[in-house]
Amino acid sequence: MRVSALPLLLAVAGGVPAARADWSLNMTPGVTEISQAVFDLHMTIFWICVAIGVVVFGVMLWSIFHHRKSKGAQAKHFHENTLVEIIWTVIPFVILIGMAVPATATLIKMYDKSEADLDIQVTGYQWKWRYQYLGEDIDFFSNLSTPREQISNDSEKGENYLLEVDNPLVIPADKKVRFLITSNDVIHSWWVPAFAVKKDAVPGFINEAWTRVPKPGIYRGQCAELCGVDHGFMPVVVEVKPQAEYEQWLADVRAAKAEQAAAAQQEISFDELMAQGEQVYNRACAACHQVTGEGLPNVFPALKGSAMVLQDMAGHIDIVLNGKSGTAMQAFRDQLSAVELAAVITYERNAWGNDTGEMVSPAEISQRTAASATE
Amino acid sequence: MTTLHQSVKQTEQHGPATGLTRWLYTTNHKDIGTLYLWFSFIMFLTGGCMALMIRAELFQPGLQLIDPEFFNQMTTMHGLIMVFGAVMPAFVGLANWMVPMMVGAPDMALPRMNNWSFWILPFAFGLMLSTLFMEGGAPNFGWTFYAPLSTTYAPPSVTFFIFAVHMMGISSIMGAINIIATILNLRAPGMTMMKLPLFVWTWLITAFLLIAVMPVLAGVVTMMLMDIHFGTSFFNAAGGGDPVLFQHVFWFFGHPEVYIMILPAFGIVSEIIPTFARKRLFGYASMVYATASIAFLSFIVWAHHMFTVGLPLAGELFFMFATMLIAVPTGVKVFNWVATMFHGSLTFETPMLFALAFVVLFTIGGFSGLMLAIAPADFQYHDTYFVVAHFHYVLVPGAIFAIMAGAYYWLPKWTGHYYNERLGRWHFWLSFIGVNITFFPMHFIGLAGMPRRIPDYALQFADFNMVASIGAFIFGFSQLLFLYIVIATIRGGEKAGDKVWEQPTGLEWTLPSPAPYHTFAEPPEVK
Repeated sequence: MRVSALPLLLAVAGGVPAARADWSLNMTPGVTEISQAVFDLHMTIFWICVAIGVVVFGVMLWSIFHHRKSKGAQAKHFHENTLVEIIWTVIPFVILIGMAVPATATLIKMYDKSEADLDIQVTGYQWKWRYQYLGEDIDFFSNLSTPREQISNDSEKGENYLLEVDNPLVIPADKKVRFLITSNDVIHSWWVPAFAVKKDAVPGFINEAWTRVPKPGIYRGQCAELCGVDHGFMPVVVEVKPQAEYEQWLADVRAAKAEQAAAAQQEISFDELMAQGEQVYNRACAACHQVTGEGLPNVFPALKGSAMVLQDMAGHIDIVLNGKSGTAMQAFRDQLSAVELAAVITYERNAWGNDTGEMVSPAEISQRTAASATE
Repeated sequence: MTTLHQSVKQTEQHGPATGLTRWLYTTNHKDIGTLYLWFSFIMFLTGGCMALMIRAELFQPGLQLIDPEFFNQMTTMHGLIMVFGAVMPAFVGLANWMVPMMVGAPDMALPRMNNWSFWILPFAFGLMLSTLFMEGGAPNFGWTFYAPLSTTYAPPSVTFFIFAVHMMGISSIMGAINIIATILNLRAPGMTMMKLPLFVWTWLITAFLLIAVMPVLAGVVTMMLMDIHFGTSFFNAAGGGDPVLFQHVFWFFGHPEVYIMILPAFGIVSEIIPTFARKRLFGYASMVYATASIAFLSFIVWAHHMFTVGLPLAGELFFMFATMLIAVPTGVKVFNWVATMFHGSLTFETPMLFALAFVVLFTIGGFSGLMLAIAPADFQYHDTYFVVAHFHYVLVPGAIFAIMAGAYYWLPKWTGHYYNERLGRWHFWLSFIGVNITFFPMHFIGLAGMPRRIPDYALQFADFNMVASIGAFIFGFSQLLFLYIVIATIRGGEKAGDKVWEQPTGLEWTLPSPAPYHTFAEPPEVK
């Protein structure tokens, strides 16, 4: 049930040459039973509206063409007809009931939050998603991975421009996966069109949603609720894998985590820290504090020449690890590894002419996080 | 009729003061109506410039012209200015001009308050626009200003925004009180309620909506103020508050607000279509009842703006059903307009063209509204460009086209001159084509999955965004033609008679054109 006449109409009306992107006109039917049901509802309502439109606009156009004064039309002075008025009140009412029945059925199915095979907590942060697999000891952040040069038009845009992340959410195919959605700061909204799942992430509350995806593949969506300056830059990417591959992925993630923990104990040079720190900074910090370290006046403080960065090393580490409540400054202790934290703090203390010459080692960070964890 | 003209002549001696004080101190409903209308037009152009900045940035993917922070300020200010600065004052302006003349009253019931309710507005909007130049920038959290983005995470200028909203609210409430007092108390003898022109009826109902919900808006911004400055936690989950409470309170104001911006438009169109169809409105009484039903329903549908916020199933179902019900009285209105045209004797002067475009395009906006009411489907539409397309269809070719239609319809009565019909039609066709090129493709990009309020987008949305931006510039610049037409009509043009149009109905057409400074000093007789 595609609206095939519309692109033609538009091509004629607009006369705009087709560029590289497609002229997609309609909602995706998606890949789940629910998304298909939603699509069918959407199309049913659409065609009902089209039918009503044809009748109403038809009568209107008929009058416009045939009952015009220039054609000598004389007004017929009829008005107020109770029967007609009852009919045009009752018929829409009946149509509405016809729409409400399937809509209610679909909604009840969507609200079936019974036992799931896998529970994942999804937490919105300004401007990234955190995925915690409950009972699996897996916990990671998912950031936009589109390079900044593409956004600023300094390099060609990739195929999945703005819809790609460093760590996608991975779920097993054909399993009921329940999402427990919340937020760390402002309201976000987690949306994957192919699953017809859109649920707001509200701080202090947990919303539930679920999906069962039969087909492995990569599915892309975006944050749907205005959440601040980088609202347009926090995509959702879900990779659906067959059960065996999913289990392999779980093992790989755990192995990588162990490797990271080991790396935190290694010595690492100042130059290496600075190089890695710049990358981490641009990914995790630059949205607010800006690539130049100058921040935005009165909104996001500058790090360049900041008293805390130049003098107060302990305070600096503390604010990066634990954030500052009541502001947009998040706690990064769970978002970044010890090496990344050490690198970014070292970078901030030495970039943009801050030149303190001080460095922080991953081991120091590990000690700090371990100490506060046992407090 | 002669006695009426004589009485007009006598009062004519108390003409307007001259110079600036005429406008500053005026208590004359016509002067205040003019002030409102010009203010609204200036705001329309201001908000329009902001819209064009948004569309220019969205012309192509990537960040070209403005950074995301300023983009968010533009979307926020565009929405606030268009809703509170352009559409609402335009309707109040039309009410000021027309309600006393339509009910046969010499002026508004509370003329001094009338002056005050207008003169608050320039200060409110001056304050709000000044936030653009403040450190930290203007409000950037969308015109719906959801907490906690607008409280804990807001720029410091939010406090000025709150104060500006309070002032607009006071202005609206006073305007509404005045309109109710005028309609209920100052009707000419014989002008019973069921003889009131529909514009007056729709405004009476709108005024009650305003009085009911503007205090709710004032309440919600005051709660924000308390959260920001006085340590409360209404909307702060960390302090035991509830961010979703904000949305309930806001939309309890916000949904009736939507009808505040459309009911007077229904009234205008219900005046214009009978005039140019040379036929009585098909169902006057059912139009009145439909308007009242829409107003009633507007209070029990607010959470359809919040389907994805995590409402319980029963809540979703209630708000879905209640919202779908609105289609019934709205349908009654559309059927009435069409039945009025059926077997009429139609001509297509500019006001009629705008009114016809209103009926068609508002109905399209109504269709997408019905689709949005279906909660499961709304999960896919919510916060996408489909919603942007929907509410722009009901607000631009809806509310604004009706305002334009009203302006052309009554301009000869106000100025004593006909506008240039050829230019008026040019203005209509450019606006009509521009508005559809702008907003129709937004349905497609919304269904394809583009969220609203983003400064940059994935490549598959590129083509239709480019089309929409081109349309926006066509629509935007055609409004300068309207400005030219209005100024030219004020300065001169073909002289208009009392009736202006062939067979208009209503007391305003018994007065000379231009309408004298004081009218109906003695009440007319209504049979």
